[in-house]
This record gives sequence, C-alpha cells and structure tokens, in this order.
Amino acid sequence: MENDLGLWAVPLAVVGGAIRVSTPILFVSLGETLTERSGRINLGLEGTLVLGAMTGYATAVLTGSPWAGVAVAALAGALFGLLHGLICSMGRVNDIAVGIAMMLLGTGLAFYFGKPYIQPAAPDLPAIPLGGWSSLPQVRSALNVNALFLIGIAAALALAWALRSTRPGLILRVVGDSTDAARAMGLNPALIRTGATALGGAFAGIGGAYLSLYYPGSWNEGISSGQGLMAVALVIFARWSPINCLWAALLFGGAGALGPALQSVGVTQGYYLFYAAPYVLTLGVLIATSSPSRALAGAPGELSITK
Amino acid sequence: MKPPLHIVGAEPLPEGALAVETLGMTMRFGSFTALDDVSVKVPAGTFHALLGENGAGKSTLVKCMMGFYHATAGQMLIGGREAVIDDPRDAHALGLGMVYQHFTLVPSLTVAENLVISRHDTPRVIDWGRERKALADFMADMPFRVPLDQPVMRLAAGEKQKLEILKQLYLGRRFLILDEPTSVLTPDEADEVLGHVRALCSAGKISVMMITHKFREVTAYADDVSVLRRGRLVGQGHVRDLSHGDMAAMMIGAEKPLAPAARAGMAGAEVLRVAGVRARDRSGLKEIAIDDLKVRAGEIVGIAGISGNGQMELMEVLTGQRATSAGSVQVKGRPYHATRAESQALAVRYLPEEPLKNACAGRLSVVENIAFRSFDRNGTGRRFWLSGAEMRQRGEDLIAAFKVRTASPDAPIASLSGGNVQRAVLARELTGKVDLLIISNPCFGLDFSAVAEIRARIVAARNAGCAVLLMSEDLDEVVDLSDRILVMSEGRIAHEVAAAEADLATIGHHMGGHG
Repeated sequence: MENDLGLWAVPLAVVGGAIRVSTPILFVSLGETLTERSGRINLGLEGTLVLGAMTGYATAVLTGSPWAGVAVAALAGALFGLLHGLICSMGRVNDIAVGIAMMLLGTGLAFYFGKPYIQPAAPDLPAIPLGGWSSLPQVRSALNVNALFLIGIAAALALAWALRSTRPGLILRVVGDSTDAARAMGLNPALIRTGATALGGAFAGIGGAYLSLYYPGSWNEGISSGQGLMAVALVIFARWSPINCLWAALLFGGAGALGPALQSVGVTQGYYLFYAAPYVLTLGVLIATSSPSRALAGAPGELSITK
Repeated sequence: MKPPLHIVGAEPLPEGALAVETLGMTMRFGSFTALDDVSVKVPAGTFHALLGENGAGKSTLVKCMMGFYHATAGQMLIGGREAVIDDPRDAHALGLGMVYQHFTLVPSLTVAENLVISRHDTPRVIDWGRERKALADFMADMPFRVPLDQPVMRLAAGEKQKLEILKQLYLGRRFLILDEPTSVLTPDEADEVLGHVRALCSAGKISVMMITHKFREVTAYADDVSVLRRGRLVGQGHVRDLSHGDMAAMMIGAEKPLAPAARAGMAGAEVLRVAGVRARDRSGLKEIAIDDLKVRAGEIVGIAGISGNGQMELMEVLTGQRATSAGSVQVKGRPYHATRAESQALAVRYLPEEPLKNACAGRLSVVENIAFRSFDRNGTGRRFWLSGAEMRQRGEDLIAAFKVRTASPDAPIASLSGGNVQRAVLARELTGKVDLLIISNPCFGLDFSAVAEIRARIVAARNAGCAVLLMSEDLDEVVDLSDRILVMSEGRIAHEVAAAEADLATIGHHMGGHG
C-alpha cells in the first residue's frame, strides 16, 4: 500500500498528537502562569477546565455556534477564577486548600449540570487544513490545525511580551515577587491577584471548550483525565515563562499521542504503558528539576509553595 | 476634592534641594506620647542626622513628615512655606522621598524595570528603546552607577542601597529621609554610599535627613544632628561642635551605658572542631566551605560577616538543619551530627537567630518550651510518663531567675515580646551542664536593657568554662564579646584575629570580600 508509512507513522502521529492534544494543556498552563506570576496558586484549574468543557458544549448545543461556546466557557472560567481570588483575598485563607475545594466544586457542578448534554451533538470548532500541500492523508490529518491552537500560540507570545513591556505586566510581576514592594508602590496586591486569577480562569475555561468542542469533541465526565492538574505541574517545569509553557505543552501533547500511535502501527505488546507516558513524564520532570536544598530559580517570590 | 498643595499665587518652590522644617511635632497614640514637641530644621543642601535609641521616636517623626501618620499637633514647613501632608502621595508630590531600612526593590525585576515601574506615569505600553535611552541619560548625570540589566537579586547589598537612592532621585525627590541606610552594608560600602549622598547634598541637589545610631557616620558625613530620647528632642547642634561622648550622653541620658563585660579565666581544651565541611548554600548555587574552625573551652569565638555570606548555613550545619557533602564536625573529639542524644551527651546548646521560629513551638506554653531539653529526663535516666508538677516548678523557677516577663507561665510563648522569648530560650539552654554554646544574632531587634543582660549571660557562660561560638551581623557585638574574631565572606572564613589585636578597618575589608 503506497500510503502505508511504516514506522514513520509514529513520529508523524506524535507531531499531530502534539498539536491536537497540547491546546488545552497550553491554555491551562498559560492561565496558571498568569495566576502564579501574581503570587497565588490556583489548583482549581482542573475543575475550571471541566466546567469550561461543559458550559462550552452546552452553549454550542443550544446556540449552534461553537465560538459562542468558547466565549461562555471563558466567562465561566473567569467567574470561577474570580470566586477563587475573592476567597483567597480574605485573611488566613490558604490558596492551595481553596484550589482543591474549587477543583471538586467545578467538576461536581459540571457533572450535575452536564448530565442532559451527554447525548446531543454540538458543532465542532473549525480546523484549518495546513497539510493541503501533501498527498499523504496522514500528513494532512496531522496538520489539520485548530484555530484555538494558533490563538494559544499567539496568546503565549502576547503574554510573554506583556510581562516584559507593559505596565500591567510589570505590576503583575511586582505583586508576585514582593508584597512589601507592591504596597510601598501604592498597589493593592489582593485586588491584582484576584484579577490575575480570574483571567487565568478564563484561559482554563477556553482550554475546556477545546476539549469538548474539538478533541475529543464530546462532553463526558472523564473528559479531562487530569490534564488541568498536569498543566499546573507544567508551569513549574516551564519556570513560569509563557513561551516555555508552549514548548512544555507540545512535549506533553506528543507524549500523550505516543500510546495511540504505537497501537496504530500494530505494536500489540505493552503499548498501553505508553498511555501513561505523559504522567510518567510529569513525574520525571518534577523529580529532575527538584532539589532538597535550594529554592527554585525563577519562582515568583510570593508563591506559597516555593516560599 | 483635596485643597491644592501649594498656596495659590505663591511662587513655585525653588529648584534643587529643599529646606524642610518641623515645628512642634507631637504624636500621641492614646495616652502614650511617642513624639513630644519636636522641632527640627534641615536647611537646603544639608545633611542632618537623627540619633536615638530604639523606641526614641525617630521613626514616628519621619512617618509624620512623610504623611504615614497624622501628627496630633505640629506643622511642616517646606521651602519656608507651610505644607499640609495628608498621605505619602502628597509628600512625594512635594519632592519628599524616603529610603527604608529594608529594600523595597522587586528582586526578580531588572534595575531598569524597577526604576520604570516605580514612576507614577509609567505608560501602559513601555517603549524600552526610549526608556533605556532616558535611563542612560539619567545615569550619566549621577555620581554612581548601577548596571541596568541586572536583576536586583544579583546586586550586592551596597548596590541595592545605591539603587534605592538613585530611584528617589529618578523620581525627582529633593529631600530624602534615609532610615538606617547602612545597616546591611560593610563599612566600605557604607562609606561609598554616604560619600555620594554627601556629594549630592554639597552640589545642592538634595537635602538629607538620616536616621542612624552610628556616631562614626554622623561625624564623617552630617552637618547637623538632632538627638531624640523617649519622644523628646534632647539635643541639637552642629556636628563639628560635638564629640562622640556628647552625643552618647544625649542619647542614653541618665541610663547607665553598656559596661564591657568582665572576663576571667583562660581558654582550655578544644571543644568544637569543624574540619573540611562543605555544604550547599540556600540558593544551591554556591558552596560554603569551612576548612578549619576550632573553639576551645572558656573562649568566645565570634564570626563577623555581612548577612548572606554563609553564616546562616554554617549555623544550620551545626544544628543539623543542613546536610553536608564533605568534612566532619567533632565535639570533644567525638563525631557530632546534632542529634538530640548527642547534644545531650556532649552538653551542646543552641541559641539560634529568630528563636521563636527556630527554637520554640510558638503555641506551646512558656513552661513547656522551657522544658524542651528536660521533659523526658528523670535525673540522669529517661522517663516515659511526664511529671507536670516538676516541669511547672522548674519552669517557674527559671522564669523568675531569668526575669522572663510573661502574663502567665501557661501563656503561649508566641505572645511574649522578642526579648522575653530570647530570655526564655536562654533560660532553657543555659541551665544544666553546658560545654558548647552556639549562638546566632542573639540581640537582633532587642531593646537596650535586654541586650546588656543577654550579653552578660553569654560572658558568664564563657567564664564558667563553656566554649562559645557566636555568629553576629553586628560587628560591634562581635568585637565586644569575642576572644577571637573570624570573618566570614562568600561562604569561607576569610580572616582570623585575636580580639586584642583586632582592627576594625581590616575586618571591614575582609567582610566586603577584599582580603
């Protein structure tokens, strides 16, 4: 068969998978980067991701427009982030504990309100065929890139620029690095952190909409399989840099595609172990970058886990 | 709408340094008078020193001037005209600025980013090309420079302090209040920074009011001095007319000055030996290396050094809080790993810095905290069932003996003041047999009488034959107490000298890493 690529199908599938699978991880890790750069950690983004997936899907079913779904998912994520931010602004509240509660609340709400939407089909987000130049169907399918992936890349670049060259970006870094310096400057750290958490939530909501409206492309309760939590871990790996988040998300997306790719070329023994590749990679990366005796380089100074 | 800051129709304030004056400044907190009728005049282009003990009202005065507090009574004159300052923003708008004791720079931002973001009119989108050119032009006019692209956390303390002052000038401030600006600097760095500030005053760019307790700096750099004690102005004058003795007399008043502690006895056998120890520092990037450190019975070995040169890590190695990668610690010739059993057997005791954090369980009572060393001991043996009555008796005895001021023996130790926590920990650590005492910054942030008492107890322990290793960022403390002085710099012991032959200038050079 001329279209049989043999083992070449594996790297191709990994590239395709990296592009397809990485988008929600990219959005969640960008959102978390934004939040953590302000000095707060939001572990609830897993819940936000699932809630975004549900609200996005439901809106798309009801309105027939996937983009309306994305907008509503972002809004739901922002509201959820805002709630986290407001709770954490109260005295003596631990952001990590609140995050875990918000994660459970988010998934619970999504399951509860999402029950009626498991059956109906929603319109998918459009994809842009960038592989039209090739005659190979595998290449075409791998390069069938969703618009949200491109928006995600643009967002990573824009965030990196904003953190360096805009007043809000610098203020965010000031607040994340030193509450005292921020106060001395007349800034209100709690307000800025709450804003950053809400914006971070909006990013995670968009990531959720991608899950339900493009890939895998349906709403069910197991949709995120912990990607929101992994993305939070990824932010540490990415050293709180938006550009690094992009590379890390692609790496993890590729790792996630390894299992299915091996299965498709006929590896029957042990391929399922490769399904665990992203999780093993998360663990490996965190162990490799950790140290018992020194603080993490690049970590925002006010972050409760790295203080 | 706030009233305008300047009187309508008045001429604008003159360019350059501002003259600032307080008239009868008084501040009461309830029935407590923190500041009582204080009038201080700083003519344009002069350097004014504000002297006083802890709690004398220096901070209260400058906080009233900067608008952090609203004075109960009194006025401010700026450029000879009355000014109403309701909050720090008004003060900034009038050209008044303050450099705090602790850095207010953002560690991970670069110097350029720190300067630009501190402005009130930072544009929404920052054109770095233009800003950098403006910053370079600004720096070209300054007597000292700081590298613009370095993140602030990589700057040395002296550079940070220079940057704090540059920041004030960059923001257009013309009257600067410096709050103990040299407390984190080496003597050399302090001289450099203050020399530049002095030059800026002489050039008529700024006037300065500096809070300090270092007479040397007052004599070398200030034009005039005001001395506060218990909220009152007790002395004022031209620095050239006053001696150190005059100033000390005004500061301390009738209270008796700190007497040098009497020493007795000669150094005996070697107790502590640290050989070839290597360990990572906090950041994990640098290594601390102690090749050979010995402390003998009946001697105090003081380790001087600027904060962050490895003293904290050495303390952690000795208390077992930090792992070593090489070398050995021996006490009385036996290997020592700082386990509870070893410290008990070899009579090693500690007084770490920030004792509430490092040597206490904050929510347990004073009595329980005092019992940490003895609660499971029954004479020389061990006990399983604790004896509450015995613990309480012992605790109450020690509270009385060490004059720990506490509401009740059962009060949580976290509710005590810093000096009393320190006394309680000393009570615990100095009771029973002590052959080696390891101390870090024992008097940090304590008041006059607590300092004198704690130092006396340390010397008493030495006279009783205890080996004492004292780490302190307060060079005067090290010089006063030690028999032998070591200087730590960049994680190494850079200098060693007997206290009798110690020369402050040489020690200062070694502290700054210029061996």
